Amino acid sequence: MDIPFTTKARPDTGLYNAKLGIWLFLASEVMLFGAFFSAYILLRVGADPGAWAHGLMNVPIGTFNTFVLILSSVTVVMAWAALKAHNYSLYRNCMVITIACALGFLVVKSFEYAEKFRHYEVWMKDGRRMTGHIDYEDGGVKKHAYLWSTKTLSKKKIESIAFTPDAPNEWATGQYYPPLTKEQLEHVKKHADSDTHHHEPIAIKSADIQRLSAFVPAHSTFFAIYFTMTALHGLHVLGGAIVLSFFLFRGHKMWKADPDRLTNRIEVGGLFWHFVDLVWIFLFPVMYIL
Amino acid sequence: MSLKAFHIIFVAVSVLLSLGLAAWGFHRFLTLGKSIHLLFGIGGLLAAAGLLVYGRYFLKKLKNISYL
Repeated sequence: MDIPFTTKARPDTGLYNAKLGIWLFLASEVMLFGAFFSAYILLRVGADPGAWAHGLMNVPIGTFNTFVLILSSVTVVMAWAALKAHNYSLYRNCMVITIACALGFLVVKSFEYAEKFRHYEVWMKDGRRMTGHIDYEDGGVKKHAYLWSTKTLSKKKIESIAFTPDAPNEWATGQYYPPLTKEQLEHVKKHADSDTHHHEPIAIKSADIQRLSAFVPAHSTFFAIYFTMTALHGLHVLGGAIVLSFFLFRGHKMWKADPDRLTNRIEVGGLFWHFVDLVWIFLFPVMYIL
Repeated sequence: MSLKAFHIIFVAVSVLLSLGLAAWGFHRFLTLGKSIHLLFGIGGLLAAAGLLVYGRYFLKKLKNISYL
């Protein structure tokens, strides 16, 4: 027995089965991401002064990834339009670009995550806070420290670390993250016109460190919600890429047997893909810019 | 709602994002004076213009496809 309305629209709803199904699914997704965005707003509004990790994201990389996803949405629509025009080879080419964009997004995101895992904030016992990188030597080879914490210092019995501080991060006029002490602020103002920051590593004794954390979820509320939301989004990108790859590699057989069915499936896949990209369009300014 | 209608909404939101990015870039450039922010301002405007042109082309090209 054939399942009705897999290609033709039901007369009462005006939709074929899969389109109704994907919109119900996307409604549940809106609720999922909506809950996370609401949580983000409440956490941010309720954050203590100086606790919200402002301006630590790499905006050029985020912007690049945003336009990669916008391009992928354009190509997935072109793939669907190509099938509507019975041009299978154009469909295939557009789909290849879409999947390449998805994988490119994930690769860039993984490099961005890795950079966060070797970027640190140190809270000193005298009240100073700095962000920067830690390098160490292992058998004469210089290495970056990944995912160290205060516990790592005591566990590995490290007496001091070579910490390369970042330049003060002015995320808005006169506002810095991490917050500067009075002396640090005066120093920054004094040297505002001359770039005297040489990024030289400084030795910090472990005994002077109150807390050390990489930019991981445990660092702060900001990074907890950042990793939760971007990882969830990344999983959606991966899922979408797998489904679209299936249509790319196994679509020809269906195209020969039932072209309308493949066209509808690409439309449904494209609707999901647009939703995933739309989530990023909101995530990017919220996490990187505002 | 068809993929065509969703794509138009997506392009419209992308235009708004690009304009927002441009506004952010120009504002940061005027307050902090770093040239990278000026690049963001100009790039955002160009992206918004490009997306608007694409949107018009898309509407013209797919005028026979339903919004449902």
